[in-house]
Amino acid sequence: MSANTIMLKKAFRAAFPHTIPIFAGFWFLGMTYGIYMNVSGFSFWYPMLMSLTIFAGSIEFVTVNMLLGAFNPLQALAMTLMVNARHLFYGISMLDKYRGTGTKKFYLIYGMCDESFSINYTASIPEGVDASWFMFFVTLLNHFYWFFGATLGGVFGSLIHFNTEGLDFVMTAMFVVIFLEQWLKEKRHASALIGIGLSLLCLILFGPDHFMIPSMLAILGTLTLARRPLETIPL
Amino acid sequence: MTMTFTQQVITIAMVVLGTVLTRFLPFLLFPAGKPTPKYIQYLGKVLPSAVFGLLIIYCLKKVSPFTGSHGIPVLISISLVIALHLWKRQMLISIAGGTVCYMLLVQFLF
Repeated sequence: MSANTIMLKKAFRAAFPHTIPIFAGFWFLGMTYGIYMNVSGFSFWYPMLMSLTIFAGSIEFVTVNMLLGAFNPLQALAMTLMVNARHLFYGISMLDKYRGTGTKKFYLIYGMCDESFSINYTASIPEGVDASWFMFFVTLLNHFYWFFGATLGGVFGSLIHFNTEGLDFVMTAMFVVIFLEQWLKEKRHASALIGIGLSLLCLILFGPDHFMIPSMLAILGTLTLARRPLETIPL
Repeated sequence: MTMTFTQQVITIAMVVLGTVLTRFLPFLLFPAGKPTPKYIQYLGKVLPSAVFGLLIIYCLKKVSPFTGSHGIPVLISISLVIALHLWKRQMLISIAGGTVCYMLLVQFLF
């Protein structure tokens, strides 16, 4: 065995245990996403290729709704930028860690989902294990779990004979949990309340088909104007 | 499907573009060793909470409080998700529990 192969095996063995919890989560959520696409009328090619190319859980669920609605590419882009804005800050945190990872850097950034970021940011990589390959395998395994679940759900969704009415609630439930996690982590809830309140107001004012862009602008504007109090006054 | 295949491909490409932009931009804009602008740091802290709130409303946009089931199944199921999550703090249990509850409610009760 060449020294290179031994080094790769070592990195893979160190990375794999870190990804086991993600396997459980992504298998379920990816599968649900695949089934959700399937029952929404899409062939398995959609979840398969979308899980591979987009690889960002929450926005993929949102994209199903977008594909079922009216064609609005700018809203799709704006929505994605808003939903995934948090990636910007993962990136800022990983500027140093991803330095010197060579050609793997492109894939490390491309596949930087919440979970890969969390592991690669926090894991203490054992002595003698190549850090860049360790992070590469973490990213690759997580990417594969999601792809695997989504494809399986997309393929077998059509074979499911039980009544799937209401399955789309999984998306609502996921965002309630993410919102709640964020709520429990933060000390001040002004931003969360601004988000809920302004969106609800815009929904009432503009209706279900046209409230997203006004909501996003209202949120961005309010947060920008409220910067000083939000940064200084503890709520 | 109301969209043509080309429109679907463009929509998905926009989502890919948006995602790739959010992941790559910091590495392009802020080379390691240079300080990040304060305004960007601030937005990074406050935007996620607001966006998650917006997403919940986005999911609930089709709920009509004055007709049909008056949004009662949604209300019950969201309460269950919150209760389960505060109790166990296990993402998968909260999501699965709430979804099963909602499916049972809309299929058998409402």
